[in-house]
Amino acid sequence: MSNRFLSRIGLLYLGMILFFLYAPILVMAVMSFNASEFYQLPFSYSTEWYERLQRNDEILTAAWRSVWIAIITTIIATTLGTSAAIALFRYEFTGKRVLQVLLFPPIAIPWLITGTAMLIFFFGVGIGRGTPAVIIGHVALALPYVIVVVTARLSTFDRSLEEAARSLGASAWQVTRGVTLPWILPGVIAGGLFAFAVSFDQFVVSYFLAEPGDSTLPVLIYTAIRKGFTPEINAVSTIIIAISMGIMLLAARFSNFGGER
Amino acid sequence: MSDLIARSDRLRAAALLSPAYIWLTVAVFLPLSAMIFFSLLSDVPFGDRTWHFTLENYGAFFESTTYARLLWKSLMLGVTVTVVSVIVGFPCAYVLAKVVRGRARGALFLLVILPFWSNSLVRIFSWAIVLRGNGVLSTAIDAVLPWDVRINLMFSPTAIVIGLVHSYLPYVILTSYLALQAIDDSLIEAARSLGAKRRTILLRIILPLSTPGIIAGAVLIFVPVVGSFMEPRLLGGRLGTYYGTVIEDQFVAVFNWPLGAALSFILLAVVLTILAIASPILRRAQV
Repeated sequence: MSNRFLSRIGLLYLGMILFFLYAPILVMAVMSFNASEFYQLPFSYSTEWYERLQRNDEILTAAWRSVWIAIITTIIATTLGTSAAIALFRYEFTGKRVLQVLLFPPIAIPWLITGTAMLIFFFGVGIGRGTPAVIIGHVALALPYVIVVVTARLSTFDRSLEEAARSLGASAWQVTRGVTLPWILPGVIAGGLFAFAVSFDQFVVSYFLAEPGDSTLPVLIYTAIRKGFTPEINAVSTIIIAISMGIMLLAARFSNFGGER
Repeated sequence: MSDLIARSDRLRAAALLSPAYIWLTVAVFLPLSAMIFFSLLSDVPFGDRTWHFTLENYGAFFESTTYARLLWKSLMLGVTVTVVSVIVGFPCAYVLAKVVRGRARGALFLLVILPFWSNSLVRIFSWAIVLRGNGVLSTAIDAVLPWDVRINLMFSPTAIVIGLVHSYLPYVILTSYLALQAIDDSLIEAARSLGAKRRTILLRIILPLSTPGIIAGAVLIFVPVVGSFMEPRLLGGRLGTYYGTVIEDQFVAVFNWPLGAALSFILLAVVLTILAIASPILRRAQV
């Protein structure tokens, strides 16, 4: 077998994997333009389900709630995460290793456990369920991602630039604002986009923390699917997946996910 | 003087770090501790309910085989999904890292990772559309094959495994890809010029060197799958009762929070044990 033949097979295999990853999403999207309420084939084009979506107040309210929860989460997580990443990069102190390890539980522990634990605790301290609880939870889940992404960008930063600025008389804040921040800005933007995606796509934690009549879009979709679904769910799902893929493509422009260096 | 600078630095570090870590403490670490406390109560301590400390909730787990059996079922689901993902994903990572060259590699890599960062609930829903009886898959197979086949994978364990592999496959591709990329091509060249066969190169060089990446990917898949509840619920129907769905029920349907907390804590213990065992490998793989 020649090498060329083998690499053809390899590429074919890669194509099959991509088919497996994208085909169901495409089918779902195509079905959102199918007129039949019961997903019957043959396909006949219609935008009826998108029109219905525009009149569905319940879904629209939940969609806006999801968006602004994601925006608030992004702002808080990016600010707190970037400052923490700068401190972890700039200063040497005892316990630094512990702080870095503590970033992993929110990522590694299944969201089912984190979500139910948050529900119990927030009820116990009087925060209860609802949008504030959801935001507190989302920020906590997004923070480690922001810190990891910004730290990765900081590792390409030349420390001597900070020292040079300082020896020329700049204050710590001036160094941060004038030297460090401009350099790590792509990392901060990528971290912010990750934070937005974590919040906007978050289902599990929102599911346990959102108030029943006051839910986010993914929670509403989950409830609707369990009741029996219509192409309207396809339509809203197609919009969601387009938004989240668009955001990740943007994030990829600003950082490269540990791909090519 | 240097002591003084060090102290102001320490203050600055604390000022920059504390907001993030206080947030994590309030939203993650205190809740996890509260869950342990809760799992030891006889009833929820809200309002005028009376409660006392008890080990009953853990007793419930050990008394009957129901919960242990469900935990086992979830662990087996985790093993199945992990094994399938590694077998399917590793060759894909190999092609990306060693066969595809140049600009195409970055683009293809992004294409593989992209679905992973999109909404997982929506992706599970898309499988429900594909797999349902008279759905797209069964219509497509009907059109291709001359004889009459009725495929209805929906609401079967197979459907759950397919949905979960779809959800987590990019993890193992990502970690294996990073490990494979770190293998110097000249090492493989050297082996080849010394007359090593393809099989030998694969078994003696490539697989051993990429094992940390494969294991890291496997752990990253296994852990969330054991705690999954939405996927079995949506794709498994009546057969979709797993350990995760029972925990979900305690919080949203049965409202037995102390039992839910105990079941969650047992799952957490299992997960932390696995992470602890794997942590030296995870650190080596630098994920």
